[in-house]
Amino acid sequence: MNSIPGVRRFGTVSLPTVTLSHGSGGKAMKDLIDDVFISAFDNPLLAPLDDQARIALTTLADHGDRLAMTTDSFVVDPLVFPGGDIGKLAVCGTVNDLAVGGAKPLYLSCAAIIEEGLSIDLLRRIARSMAETARQAGVSIVCGDTKIVPRGTCDKLFLTTTGIGIIPAGRELGAHLPRAGDAVLVNGVLGDHGAAILAARGDLVLDAPIDSDCAPLHDLIETLLSAAPGTRFMRDATRGGVATILNEIAASAACGIEIDEPAVPIREAVKGFCEILGLDPLYLANEGRLVAIVPWDASEQAVAAMRRHPLGAGACLIGRITDHRPGQVVMRTVLGGRRIVDMLVGDQLPRIC
Amino acid sequence: MKYVDEFRDRDTAMALVQQISRLTDRIGATRQRPIQIMEVCGGHTHSIFRYGIEGMLPEQLELVHGPGCPVCVLPMGRIDDCIAIASQPRVILTTFGDAMRVPGSRGSLLQAKADGADIRMVYSPSDALALARANPDREVVFFGLGFETTMPSTALTVLDAERDGIANFSVFCNHITIVPTIKAILDSPDLQIDGFLGPGHVSMVIGTAPYEFIAQHYRKPLVVAGFEPLDILQSIWMVLRQIDDRRAEVENQYARVVVAGGNAAALQAIATVYELREFFEWRGLGSIDYSGVRFRAGYARFDAERKFTVPGVRIADPLSCQCGEVLKGVLKPHQCKVFGTACSPETPLGALMVSSEGACAAYYRYVGRNQAA
Repeated sequence: MNSIPGVRRFGTVSLPTVTLSHGSGGKAMKDLIDDVFISAFDNPLLAPLDDQARIALTTLADHGDRLAMTTDSFVVDPLVFPGGDIGKLAVCGTVNDLAVGGAKPLYLSCAAIIEEGLSIDLLRRIARSMAETARQAGVSIVCGDTKIVPRGTCDKLFLTTTGIGIIPAGRELGAHLPRAGDAVLVNGVLGDHGAAILAARGDLVLDAPIDSDCAPLHDLIETLLSAAPGTRFMRDATRGGVATILNEIAASAACGIEIDEPAVPIREAVKGFCEILGLDPLYLANEGRLVAIVPWDASEQAVAAMRRHPLGAGACLIGRITDHRPGQVVMRTVLGGRRIVDMLVGDQLPRIC
Repeated sequence: MKYVDEFRDRDTAMALVQQISRLTDRIGATRQRPIQIMEVCGGHTHSIFRYGIEGMLPEQLELVHGPGCPVCVLPMGRIDDCIAIASQPRVILTTFGDAMRVPGSRGSLLQAKADGADIRMVYSPSDALALARANPDREVVFFGLGFETTMPSTALTVLDAERDGIANFSVFCNHITIVPTIKAILDSPDLQIDGFLGPGHVSMVIGTAPYEFIAQHYRKPLVVAGFEPLDILQSIWMVLRQIDDRRAEVENQYARVVVAGGNAAALQAIATVYELREFFEWRGLGSIDYSGVRFRAGYARFDAERKFTVPGVRIADPLSCQCGEVLKGVLKPHQCKVFGTACSPETPLGALMVSSEGACAAYYRYVGRNQAA
């Protein structure tokens, strides 16, 4: 470790799997943390390995006038899937939760709950993936915690990341701000992550795997906000998909939302996947997709700006905010009919026929 | 999507809707009450709501959403029996996903799973058999349900299990058959239905001959329909044309999939494995004679009802439910006195609120609890 000159020797783990002794607080635990996490996350705020990371307020104040803070836990089966893994997910999820609020993401914590028996190599791979994604997102993982639990008491690995970011002065986004006439935008095809996870679980064998859309969106969001500074609100369309996010916006802003089914971008493979399993892609999770509500007259610039960014190449307008039926999301179907797009009661369950 | 998008074309749909409106006007001029067409199958109900078809049709034409959602019509007593099997030691219960939320008298399979039963979702009975092969020390039970559409796959899986001598696999058989149920609806005194959309997937297995009595004896038109929106619109138009011509025939709109004689191999598998039950209980409709099947004696060892003890208690539907009237087209879903209040997708009381294919759940979700009226 370059950043800690000569203070201590860094441990390594020679066993192939995590055992309960790696959680006991002794040398084995120190070796695991050094080998897996510290070596991957390496940064000056983490380096002292104290009980807390200490961040100068002046550093924070350079970026804006409000602190944004968020936390999220990640449980996904399988841990590694086409297009990502739980580590990448844990960084992107928290970075995106900060960025959609207009904040510049700066620091993350990482808490890991590990089931005994997990492969050390897999754990190293996941930690490296977190580090790489954090580097891309321009954030540092500055503190963390590790717990090992007996086999059967957690599913392989649970990660929790907490993030803080800073909101530049004058930037106001809020779910109460959308008003009738505003445009509803997305930054690309929907449902890839949800379909990728279901496919990776073996629910359906596909000729070509669907890759998760998992990605840190902070840079795309800055691009969007530069092009459309009047943007009212953004949210990343994770669990529950775009349908759920739109319902949340309609409820918070007490407005109606009308979306146009033919305009909603969905990859052919995901459409086919959903047809066969009887799922609605609007409810599939995304990990690198956002919904943005922008004033109608800024929508063209906003879409054009997003399309120039690699994570917004598929950006498009899918609908608009209305003053009809407050709280309700209505879709104009491909056929020209109309239907309500409601919140789901629970998980989407595949239909039998 | 190739071979799918062609059946969702907006211009063709608009042209069909115009034809439908013209026929409806002409037929409507000769009568007081609206024309009612029942789609028997839950798959049709799902498509009708998914594409907003109902709102595109003229007001004098009503679609009645029939009994063809096999998940919705499972009575509470059978869910209780299923949970009793799932709760036995060493049992892995496997089920189609949408049966997970169907309420029994003391909760659903989802709740039983949370309480510790080993319940797993599968996409086909062969997944369940694979699980039995992989877990020789466990008893794997498949929750078999559905009409003739899913009956053959369960039968073929049982035949595979027999061939390979798999002793730790069985089926809790709740397969039901559609024709006696259509007959029960036709025999009800308050029936007003003018014609039927016949179930496409069931007909792929059984063919079109079993519906002839509907045309001949009851003088009602029936058109076997596919599931894409244009299939449904064309089938509605075909029923209207029959009404306008004063014909009552069985016609087949879904000829790209359904042949008159059905699927011989599937019918053979059904005949080998199952026999009719004298009666079977339907949620919302009560007991209907010869409407369910069970395993023949030769396959008794694959019958979970014989392998395990089940309570077998009949639980009456809640009195406030008016599912029967909705199923027969006497009431629209939102006219039921508990719709959206005591009965909602979160806490379904009646059959039709249970699965997304049930008329009330579809109404609640796609039309809206507030503007239904």
